[in-house]
Amino acid sequence: MSAIEATDVSRTYELDGVSVQALRGVSLTVEPGDYLAIIGTSGSGKSTLMHLLGGLDRPTGGTLLIGGRDVARLTPNEMAELRNTTIGFVFQSFHLLARTTAQDNVGLPLVYRGAGRRERRDRAAAMLDRVGLGHRITHRPNQMSGGEQQRVAIARALVTGPSVLLADEPTGNLDSATGSSVLSLLESLVDEGVAVVLVTHDRDVAARAHRQIRMKDGRIVETR
Amino acid sequence: MRLAEAWRVALDALRANRLRSMLTMLGVIIGVAAVVALVAIGTGTKQQIENQVEGLGSNLLIVVPGRLEAGSAPTSSPLTLDDLDVVNRAVGDRSRVAVTIASGETVRAGTRTGYASMQGVLETTPTVFVRRLDRGAYFTRTDVSTGRRVAVLGAGVARDLFGDRDPIGRQLTIGGVRFRVVGVFQQLGQSLGVDRDGEVHVPVTAAQRLLGTERIDGLAIRAPDRDRIGDLSTAVVAALAERHPDTDFSAVTQEQILGVLGDILGVLTGVLAAIAGISLLVGGVGVSNIMLVSVRERTREIGLRKAVGARPRDIGVQFLLEAVLLTTTGGILGMALGAGTALLVDRLSPVPAAVTWWSMALAFGVSAAVGIVFGVVPAQRAGRLDPVVALRTE
Ligand SMILES: Nc1ncnc2c1ncn2[C@@H]1O[C@H](COP(=O)(O)OP(=O)(O)O)[C@@H](O)[C@H]1O
Ligand SMILES: [Mg+2]
Repeated sequence: MSAIEATDVSRTYELDGVSVQALRGVSLTVEPGDYLAIIGTSGSGKSTLMHLLGGLDRPTGGTLLIGGRDVARLTPNEMAELRNTTIGFVFQSFHLLARTTAQDNVGLPLVYRGAGRRERRDRAAAMLDRVGLGHRITHRPNQMSGGEQQRVAIARALVTGPSVLLADEPTGNLDSATGSSVLSLLESLVDEGVAVVLVTHDRDVAARAHRQIRMKDGRIVETR
Repeated sequence: MRLAEAWRVALDALRANRLRSMLTMLGVIIGVAAVVALVAIGTGTKQQIENQVEGLGSNLLIVVPGRLEAGSAPTSSPLTLDDLDVVNRAVGDRSRVAVTIASGETVRAGTRTGYASMQGVLETTPTVFVRRLDRGAYFTRTDVSTGRRVAVLGAGVARDLFGDRDPIGRQLTIGGVRFRVVGVFQQLGQSLGVDRDGEVHVPVTAAQRLLGTERIDGLAIRAPDRDRIGDLSTAVVAALAERHPDTDFSAVTQEQILGVLGDILGVLTGVLAAIAGISLLVGGVGVSNIMLVSVRERTREIGLRKAVGARPRDIGVQFLLEAVLLTTTGGILGMALGAGTALLVDRLSPVPAAVTWWSMALAFGVSAAVGIVFGVVPAQRAGRLDPVVALRTE
């Protein structure tokens, strides 16, 4: 079974009576262990696609299966559960909770599956160790560099053991050396069978992926 | 999400904005404190009055001419001491019957003057109403039948006219007529701002002569036990009505007086509590307002929590608990402030106050309810936020 299967997916926003077609019929399959880069100019629909693939949003047309389940048939609660169990998100701006330690940031997704504090902290500590931040578990976001914050965010995305990791410009706020090491971390996941989908502006970053998709005006215009 | 975790998140959020949380709570604190303190004052006043009415002694029946309904014209009393015989016969024991004729009079002893409520009564008064003497003795049946000019002074009158000197055996004038002091009452204190130590008791016959009248204002009867009050009341009223067919007579028991006073004070306390409750409501509006601000400020956090698997309900509960925590903490602080205020008022002012558990429980319950009611809208708004929009918010 494919991790994600999008068939002729579209997404139209209605804004003050004007409709904006952010996606116009996108078909895409993500298999376990895929390493996929999405490139394209700003406004081409990359983030919109990522939100759909991650179950944060629903298509207005076409069919989208995540983990074999048709998102059109899922309730908001089931969508939340789907995001919690099968998807990991990494954002350009990290989206860590301020005033919260690295450990508790990483443990956050486990809160929503009812895990107790002890279990969350143990698993978060192990995951921080894994991303090379075992010595910084009690640090807060403002005490860490951008690269470290993004590693915390990756640890948070991985703590639930997702099958797909979606990263929207994960290196966008980082210098190239730091960005490169973050990418290496993501690539180590691919080797373990996690599907990694990342959006980027950077050709060098895209070139490291196994597959590249170029988007323009809400359509896939090139696949390599 | 576990509830314990939701509480922790709510507490953290409130701690992060300590000053703002405190200011928001202030509205609830003041509202709850006002409810608790005002109810305490209402309850204290009620208890004090009930104690005083009960202090008259139990099984007391008071008979007066006229109707006791509101709006009925005052009736001039047709009663005289001649009516006493039929009443004594109906009661069967003359030591249980007291009469009164009252009049405000100027009193004077030597160079000192004052104003007192002169009560013309029978020698039975100290037993019918429970009145204890501090000095001397009450006047006797002979004093009453001979109309002797002897007086028993209230503690206040005794102090005003005689100071530290022992008044027993000394002279005073009441309404210009000379009387001799035979006794002084124990001090009673104030009740609702009325000095209860300003009475002067004299034999009813002496009072009638002084006032130039034969009338008496009313009768009081102490029933031997509670069960006989009803029968006695009917018998006495019937006997009097036979002698005075043109007059209505009313009999009230101590329980009835207590009931009426209790009703009035209960309503008063309720009105006070309601007024204070309005300030609690205003506090609730403040909570609602600050929660909406909080939801807006934490839009990105909400988006992130949803991205990692929070259901709409998880987010809603988190914000609802935050509001409830805010108002219940305010409620507890308000209870302490209100109870403290009530205790100080009771201790330091003549106004009595009694803190009651029910008013504390009510105030706490209401503050929790205020949190729920005024937290629901912000919580729903947070729960329904579109995660995509929330994550894009800067
Ligand atoms: N909530 C929205 N309402 C209206 N239009 C939107 C909304 N989100 C995105 N869009 C539009 O959809 C298009 C694609 O946006 P996006 O997916 O963010 O592009 P990218 O990530 O490639 O820069 C843009 O034209 C954008 O203005
Ligand atoms: Mg984008």
